[in-house]
Parts: sequence; structure tokens; C-alpha cells
Amino acid sequence: MKNSKYFIIAAFVVLFLSSCKKDNYDAPAADFTGRIVYRGEAIPVEFDQVPFELWQSGFGNNSAIRVSVAQDGSFSAKLFDGNYRLVFSENQGPFLWRKNSAGRQDSIALNISGSKVMDIEVTPYYMIRTPVFAVAAGKVNASCKLEKIITDAANGKSIEKVTLYTNKTQFVDGNNNNGIQELSGTAIADLNNLSMSVNIPTMVPAQNYVFARIAVKIAGVDDLLFTQVTKLSF
Amino acid sequence: MKKYIYTLAAVAVLSFAQSCKKDSEFLDKKPTSTLAVDAVWKDPNLVLSVLGDLYDTFPDFQRTESWWLFADFDEGFASAGGDYFRHQNIDYSYDSWNYWDYGYIRQLNLFLKRGEEATELAAADKARLIAEARFIRAGVYFEMVKRMGGVPIITVPLEYDYSGNPEYLQFPRAKESEVYDFVIAELEAIKTILPDDAGQKARATKGAALAMETRAALYAASSAKYGYSQLSLPGGEVGIPASAASGYYTKALNAAKELINGGKYSLYTKNPNLSENFASLFTDKANNPEVIFVKDYKLKTNRTHGFTIDNQPRSSAEEAQGGRLNPSLNLVQSFEKLDNTYASLASVDGSGNTVYYTNIGDIFAGRDARLAGTVILPGSQFKSKTVDIWAGYQLGDGSIVTGNAFAQTRDNVLPGITGSVQVVGGDGPVDGLEFSAQSGFYVRKYLDPAPGSGQIGTRSEVWWVRYRYAEVLLNAAEAAFELGDAATAAQYMKPVRDRAGLTTALTAANISFDRIVHERKVELAFEGHELWDMKRWRIADKVWNGSNMSTTDFVNATNIGSATRTSTQVFGLWPYKYYNPGNVNNGKYIFKVIKPSRVTAAHRFRLGNYYSMIPQGVLNGNPKIVRNPNQ
Repeated sequence: MKNSKYFIIAAFVVLFLSSCKKDNYDAPAADFTGRIVYRGEAIPVEFDQVPFELWQSGFGNNSAIRVSVAQDGSFSAKLFDGNYRLVFSENQGPFLWRKNSAGRQDSIALNISGSKVMDIEVTPYYMIRTPVFAVAAGKVNASCKLEKIITDAANGKSIEKVTLYTNKTQFVDGNNNNGIQELSGTAIADLNNLSMSVNIPTMVPAQNYVFARIAVKIAGVDDLLFTQVTKLSF
Repeated sequence: MKKYIYTLAAVAVLSFAQSCKKDSEFLDKKPTSTLAVDAVWKDPNLVLSVLGDLYDTFPDFQRTESWWLFADFDEGFASAGGDYFRHQNIDYSYDSWNYWDYGYIRQLNLFLKRGEEATELAAADKARLIAEARFIRAGVYFEMVKRMGGVPIITVPLEYDYSGNPEYLQFPRAKESEVYDFVIAELEAIKTILPDDAGQKARATKGAALAMETRAALYAASSAKYGYSQLSLPGGEVGIPASAASGYYTKALNAAKELINGGKYSLYTKNPNLSENFASLFTDKANNPEVIFVKDYKLKTNRTHGFTIDNQPRSSAEEAQGGRLNPSLNLVQSFEKLDNTYASLASVDGSGNTVYYTNIGDIFAGRDARLAGTVILPGSQFKSKTVDIWAGYQLGDGSIVTGNAFAQTRDNVLPGITGSVQVVGGDGPVDGLEFSAQSGFYVRKYLDPAPGSGQIGTRSEVWWVRYRYAEVLLNAAEAAFELGDAATAAQYMKPVRDRAGLTTALTAANISFDRIVHERKVELAFEGHELWDMKRWRIADKVWNGSNMSTTDFVNATNIGSATRTSTQVFGLWPYKYYNPGNVNNGKYIFKVIKPSRVTAAHRFRLGNYYSMIPQGVLNGNPKIVRNPNQ
């Protein structure tokens, strides 16, 4: 009886030891971080709306790793070391991406060995310049200028609307907002002089700050171009 | 003991004798549960049962078997616990509505090949059966092209030669226009072979072929006319040049004309009560002159559906459920007034004062008869029982007395009344209570008036109408209008609108793109057209643009007739009883525009949704397939 008891204990020990063996891959360890930029300036976009794809060949069936760009234009991904190709799908984001000679989206070769910081250069249709936000008399007043970056007839696009959004949390976009003012593209006379204002609604529970951003909807492009989120106290 | 030996010997003999059979014989046993291909192709009835199986998987996106899909856009609210998420997702996934079924295409191609090779069938039988399979195949290609854009056109069964190199089986996508051309050409070729018999509804007929042809040509034409550069690929797999539009419109018009002039079909007008007539158009299966092609069901078989169980009014339901699909106020207010004008339902008057109604149904009076035929309105009847839709009492001081369960009663809640009183209708609406009319309405279209249709043990045999004559008329009207002939368009629209009680005929000058869009919206609601219509007109991204809506969008709205009016969230209209003894309005009804609290997100249709994403597995299996744009 005693023998069998020892035997059982021994069996358990062996079992536990053997299951301590590594039986799987290491978790991905390399951090790939950076921002999408135009001449060094980050391009803010909507939360979880502008993804790029990372493709790695050599492992059976292909499928992309989708990396989403954050509100402030930054991104981060945990990756295995290896060689990847980085590409934005067509018409993703409020910017143009390089095309290859066949007219398809070109991809960037990306070698990951250890963590890597890289800014991705893109060409936005417009840039929002000198945004100014201020609170006065229960209103958020905002002004900005727009610079048209892509001006050639083939790729340039007109503005559908410019919108000022406010929200009580730092996520501010078309779906997450508590105040909107829109300027339609046809009503804009001067791209260097845009101003909007939104009444600050009553917030429950009460808080003495709001977040605001300006968004530009470019005709024929899904994703909006934003300014950085600004916290306004009052 | 001896007995056992005999037994053993007998067993041994038997088993040895068995194994003495030739191996090949043993392996070549004829199956007893399936028929061999060559056995089938001797008898038209057997072939028909094979064909029946192929008919059975004919693709539809929305259908009465899946009521919840009608709540994905803005036609309805899903009043069921597991389906609120439909109003809480912002984006439609890029792979929504994708359809890539080459297994089905192969079955059809095999059927056609065997049909061509069959020798023992009568020529007429054989021709018809083959034409029907080609009809189904055209329908499948039409379904694929409207969802995915151009797809490879495969018309023969492909066989792999096990050489290790599958390249010869990899076909690139055809142009979008080529797939439409293929569908139209197939239907043109088979229309004269198929029987020209309006009595056949569940099998392909000449009418069905023409109805599909006019719809396909119209989709191609509007995709071409309203397309733009973001919605195209350099190889034409997606996007049809605008110059092709008028050719397709002409084809759509000609096919529709041929069907109309054929005289086999007409609008359903059996019941002089226009609303009742419109409702029974979908449920009357006896000599229905309007219906062209259906998916049919039959009681006491396993081919029945539960649409009526799911959606019957809760207060008079035959089971303790129902009321799931609630038509939205967005849809209800689109039904125009009898003078052809649009107006919000008057919960308040022009200056914002509450309007009091003596009868609960008065607010809906003087509207398009199709409204009451499509929607069960408060105060109206289903199966001769009046629905009980009212949200509570409003007192003189503006406070609300209501409950949180069906037909709840409460004690001493109304001033001056002691004792218990019912404070909410037997059908609700109660916000967040599933099966209650959370938008203030229940769906009527396709609800089966037959006794027992709401019972789990019986279910319903009402068919699902895929093609009907009124749609063909509207196709003709749209095609004529887009070809610049508004007068003819008005002519084709007239009978459809007459039947709805809109007897002031629209003139040629009244016909506009907005009118065409509006007419299809109200005539064809809950018939599986909305998504595809919005896509082909390229207005889905404008109507479902992700901006939030508010109740002010439904009060004295001025843009109801606009094709691009924002409609991202479903709203409702709740009736209340006004309780204020001594007041002249005591006992009358008032209405409030509400947004069900379960509606939290505004739908956003992105450019990448116009053509669904091709599954990654397809792309991996065939490198010649190019991806759809904007994804």
C-alpha cells in the first residue's frame, strides 16, 4: 500500500515536471511603435478607424496583422522578430500612400529584431494648421487654418465639411461627442480663416472640463483628419 | 457441447462463405440510400428532386426566416434580448454580406453537364430542367456580383488532375460589367425555354427570368451611373464606366416592358380595403396575380418558418412571445400623405404645441394605405384582435405614470381614482422589454393571418416573395426616368400608387430621383431591397453616415422626401393617454418621439462596405484574385 502511495506521488512529480517544459512559442517580445507623420508632424485620426497591415510571408496561409492608429497618430504593436511588409490599404486614412509602378499600394519592408521605433511618412490631403481652442461664456470657440497639401488635379480632393466636436471624455469623434458644429465645405470661403463654436452642454456628473477637436471630412474619403485632443478647463 | 460445435461450425461456414466473395464485388455494393447519377437522369421526377435541392439554397440576404436582419439598417428595431447589439455597433464590418459560393456553382455546373449528356429524357423536359438550372446559376452570379463586384465566371465543372499544380484552376475576377452581361445574356437565352405560366411561382418561369433580368440590368445601370473613382479597380473588377449606364437602363426597361406587355401578371387588388389588400398580397397564395417568383413553404413538412411566431403582437400572441421586429419611425413617417406631400407624424403642431387625438389611430389617418399594410399601428387589428400599444398616462402636470411589464396594473396612481388601473399596454411599449413594441409599432408585412401560424407546433407557410410585379413596374419607372422619359416613368408608377390610395397622379415634372428612391422604400420595405438599393445608388454612405440623430429630426421634418436624409438610428413614436379630469383633452391621446435606450450607436457605412471583402482564404488559394477597394 505504502509502495503504491510513493508511486503515485512520484508519478505526480514527474507529471508536473514534464508539464513545466516549454511546449509553445515565446510570446512576441518586440515593440514596434511610432507615429504616422507628415514632415515630422503627427497626423491625428479617429480612434480605431485607420489601420495598417503587416504581412509576414513564409508561414503557410497569409493573413495580415492589423495595427490600428491611435487618436494622436501613434501606433504600437507587439511582434515576433522577423521580416514584414507594411502597407496601408487603399483609401485608408485621410492621406495618400505611395503606389508602385502597377498602380497598387506600395509596401515598406520592415525588419524587426528587438524593439523598433519608426515614423511612417504619409501625404495627407490637408493639414490643419494653428488650431486654437478657448472657452468663453459657456462655449467652446475654435479656429484653425487648413493647408491643402495635395494640390494636383488627379489626386486633390475638396472639403466636404469641417466639424468641431466636444466630448466629456478624451475620445472625441463623430460617434463620441456631446456637441457638434459643422461648416459645410461649400460654405467655406477662406481656408485660412475657419472658426466654429459649440455650447458646452450640461454634463452628468458635473465636470469642469471638456475635450475638443476639429475634424475635416474630405470628399470621397471615409476617414477624417483631426487635430490633437485638447482639454479645456472652465 | 455438441450443440456448440455445430453452432460454431455453422458460423464459420457462413463467415467463410461471405469472405469468398470477390473483393471487387464487396467494394462495389450499390448504396441503398442514394441514387446513382445515371439512374437519376432517366426520370424527370427524380431530376426535379435534384433540382429542388438546388432551388432550396437559392441565395437571399434578408428573408422571413431571419427577421433580425431587417433590424440591421433603419427599417426596424430589434425588440429581443440577443439582438440589441444591432443598434449598438457603429461600423459594418468589411466582410458583412459577403458571398462567394463556388461549391454551389459547381453543383449547378455538374447538373448542367449531366443534363446535356442525358439521353433518356424527353427533349422538352430536358430543355426545361436545364433552363431552370441556368436560371438558378444566373441568380447566384447576380447575387455574387451585387455583393462582391466582378467574380470569376465558371460555367463548367472543373476537375483537378492531381498534378501538384493547380494553376489552371485559378481564374481571375471578371469585370463587374462582364458578370452583369453574363447574367443578362443567360436570362435572355432561357426566357423562351421556360414556361410562360404565371401559375408557377416556386419554379423558374419566363416571368421570373424577365424580372431578374430587369433588376440585374437596373443594378448594373445605376452602379455605372452613380459610380465614382473610389469605387473602382483599374481592371474593372469593381466599377462600371458611366458610359455603359444608358445601355443597361435600356435593357432594364425592355425586359420590364416585355413582362408587363406579356399580360400574364397584374397588381393584386382582391380586397377593396387598400391596407388589407396590401397585407394579403404577401400572404395570399391562391391565384396571386402579382407574385412572380418565391421561396415557398408548406405546413406539416419541415419547410415552414417562424416569422409570425417571432413577430406576432405580444398581447394576442399564440405563444408567450412575438413582437420582435418593430418598424422604425424613420420608415413609418416616410409614408406620404394622400395629397402626395411628406410630413412628420404630428405629435406637435407647427408651433410646438402638443396635439391631442380622440382616437389612438387618428394621427396616422390620411396616409398612404401601404402604411397600415406594412406596419401594425397602435389601435389597429391583427387576426381580428386590436393591439394594445400605449406607453402610459400623462397627467395634467406633465408627469408620466407607466409600468415596466406587459399590461401592468398599479394601485392608486391616478389622482381621483382609488384601486388598481392598467398603466401600460399589453404590447408595451416598455423601453428595454423584449417583445414589446419598443418603437411603438409591430411589423405587419408577411405576418400570417392563418390560425395557428403563431404556434411553435404549427408555424407558417407564407411564402417569401423574391420577385413581384410592382417591383417590375418600379424598375421600369426608374429606367425610363434615368433615360430621360419622366412621362413614361410617371405612367409606370401610377398603378402602384393608385393601389396605395394615392389617387392624385404624379406628373412627369413631379418625378425625380428622390421620388424613385422614396417609392421603392415604402413599397418594398421588409422585402430585402433596402441595402442593395442604397448600395447601387451609392447613397448608403450618406444616409448611414455615422452622425447621431435627435428627436428634432422627427418633429416637423422638412426633408423626409430626400433620398440622402440621414437615418443612422432608429426612433419610435409612443402613444400616451392624457389624464386630466376636467380638461377638455382628458382621455385623448398624445404622442412622443423617442429613441429606444438600446439604440446607442449611429450606423456608419464606409466606402469599403460597398463591395464586401473577399475572404482571405480565397485570396490565399488564388493569387489572381484582386482585393476590393477601400478595405
